[in-house]
Amino acid sequence: MIKEELKQYLEQTFPNAKVDETFDFPVLFLAKEELLPVMKQLRDAPETKFNFLFCETAVDRNPEFEMVYHLSSTYYHHDMMVKVILEDRENPEIESLYSLWEAADLYEDEIYDLFGIRFTNHPNLRRIFLTEDWVGYPLRKDYQDDRIISL
Amino acid sequence: MDVKKEYIPEFDGDLYKDEFGRTNFIVTTIDKIANWGRSNSPWPLSFGTSCCAIELMSTVSAKYDWSRFGFEVMRASPRQCDVIVVAGTITYKMAPVLKRLYDQMPDPKYVIAMGACAVSGGPFYYNSYAVLRGVDQIVPVDVYIPGCPPRPESLIHGMMTLQEKIRKSKAYVIQKPKKKKEEDK
Amino acid sequence: MENQTVTPSELKTEEFVVNIGPQHPATHGVLRVEVTLDGETVKDVLPHLGYIHRGIEKMTESLGYKQSIFLTSRMDYLSAHINNHLCALAIEKAAQIEVPPRAKAIRIIMDELQRLTSHELWWGSCAMDIGAVTPFFLAFRDRERILELFEQNTGNRLTMSYIIPGGVMNDVRPDFVPKLKALLKSIKDYRKEYDQLITGNYIFQHRTQGIGILSKEQAISLGCTGPTARASGLSCDIRKLYPYDGYEKLDFKEVIDYGCDNWARYVVRMEEMNQSIHIIEQLLDNLPTGDYRTKLKGVLKLPAGEYYQRVESARGELGVYIVSDGGSKPYRMKFRTPCYSNLGAVKPISVGMKIADLMANMATIDLVIPDMDR
Repeated sequence: MIKEELKQYLEQTFPNAKVDETFDFPVLFLAKEELLPVMKQLRDAPETKFNFLFCETAVDRNPEFEMVYHLSSTYYHHDMMVKVILEDRENPEIESLYSLWEAADLYEDEIYDLFGIRFTNHPNLRRIFLTEDWVGYPLRKDYQDDRIISL
Repeated sequence: MDVKKEYIPEFDGDLYKDEFGRTNFIVTTIDKIANWGRSNSPWPLSFGTSCCAIELMSTVSAKYDWSRFGFEVMRASPRQCDVIVVAGTITYKMAPVLKRLYDQMPDPKYVIAMGACAVSGGPFYYNSYAVLRGVDQIVPVDVYIPGCPPRPESLIHGMMTLQEKIRKSKAYVIQKPKKKKEEDK
Repeated sequence: MENQTVTPSELKTEEFVVNIGPQHPATHGVLRVEVTLDGETVKDVLPHLGYIHRGIEKMTESLGYKQSIFLTSRMDYLSAHINNHLCALAIEKAAQIEVPPRAKAIRIIMDELQRLTSHELWWGSCAMDIGAVTPFFLAFRDRERILELFEQNTGNRLTMSYIIPGGVMNDVRPDFVPKLKALLKSIKDYRKEYDQLITGNYIFQHRTQGIGILSKEQAISLGCTGPTARASGLSCDIRKLYPYDGYEKLDFKEVIDYGCDNWARYVVRMEEMNQSIHIIEQLLDNLPTGDYRTKLKGVLKLPAGEYYQRVESARGELGVYIVSDGGSKPYRMKFRTPCYSNLGAVKPISVGMKIADLMANMATIDLVIPDMDR
């Protein structure tokens, strides 16, 4: 399905959720609690069959965090984005997608290391790039470090 | 951190001093032979972290052969090698590993800093939170080779410079350090 | 006194942990793998990354768009042209810049040559990991010839920054086309020799066939792309599915194998090299004439929004996700690198095998560590 058809399909299937679009993909905004059931439905529904999670990242929009998931289908070759807004800045937490896709294991380790967002039901959450005693989360916009030399 | 290389005399040359306090031709000849042996077969450690490692591998292979100069065998264990060619960026997580490898090497040992990242942090000098700005903050460096990445000929030029430095060094001839009047940093 | 014997089932053994440390003689880079062994059988594999994590994504937030091109070459330095191509395509898509046809053809030729050099180096180091040392020198002999061409036309051998938003940095020299034609002919002759040496070798085939099985469902669930997934039957070549810069007009095959083991991954990459040579030959005969670059303004500003671009690098699907707020510096630039997802495949295919097979698995998945750590 192309972008406009997908957008209409999403508006019909999820009437409570906000649907938007970027330059390439349609976007579906979800709340934290309905993430796992909706992802499972998107993966198993025969019209969409989004079975490939190829990118998972986070964006720090002061003052909230925005989780971004990119989904693709190996049957129909169409893609979409799913976004979840996390309001809590001190202890952000969200459900892990490891039970649906094993790729989420490494993606979520990286997000925890660089942003500080915790994932529940993750098999082994650890700081994967930086050392265990690193203070702070570098990719946040308010990260302070004396060792950075800037022009 | 103080990175001055401490001079540890390996052979007591005081035994051969004459009445004017100079060491004579026996010790300088031993020096020459020892330096000739050391400079013509420094065995490097296989240590490459990023892009410069590929140019290192090009220098090993048949077009720019480095075993013509004596760097014949690239050993994997630091206990069996003489020179460590630091090729690539060193991050704060990798720095203790490099220091431990350097400490495990037996004396006399030399360090070549290859590439802009090892010399001073390179393209990652500004705005990076995890890069060590120059490998001479943790180990004493003998030869610096600039470039990003340096061509294999640059690396060979750097290695020949190291060989000249070894030939001019004094292992058995003792020179008492002059008394320093002011503090010299 | 009778001798007391112990049957094998009563022998108490313990598992022990071996650290394959960040400095090891295999040519993959700085990866630390913690392996739990029971005798020679692998029970668990835990990779530790971060020894070359330089913070590239944070650095791009303080640089302009045109300035971040040089950083992308250093991420996966064995496909440096393809990384630059990715950034240039993303910026052109967002700012709606037109690229002249000669520049598009030169970009594809450089990409495919880069893919050839990357697969040659993979072939040399894969054979060296399994035990043969001669292919390493043979692969570098071919590679040096192609790098000579790169240096004469783009200026550098490894990190070029030649493909920029708007086209290419400089036009190619007048003797580029005849030299490349002679080079391709000699590379094709050498491929037959390499097939005899390694592909037809009895020991190599027995070391790789039936080992390291990755099924298609596992590859989809782990997010694997590139030759690793194509050897399990998954069709995921970005040059066919989402073509860019003129790939839709070229005639080449997407190489898929259903073997799922190390041997299938080896065969897929060898055939991809032949397909790359075929693509370059089609373009060399009729290279379009004209401009090689469109001039851009000094400071480039992208309109506000989010953009995603993907290309096919030598290891899989490489993608960039740009979040722009209308200014001259990106708000967030995320690189989706293929090696980071392919790393997840090392544990499922190695558990239950011997430790020597772990090395063969890591060699055929073709990991480049700065691509993972960024």
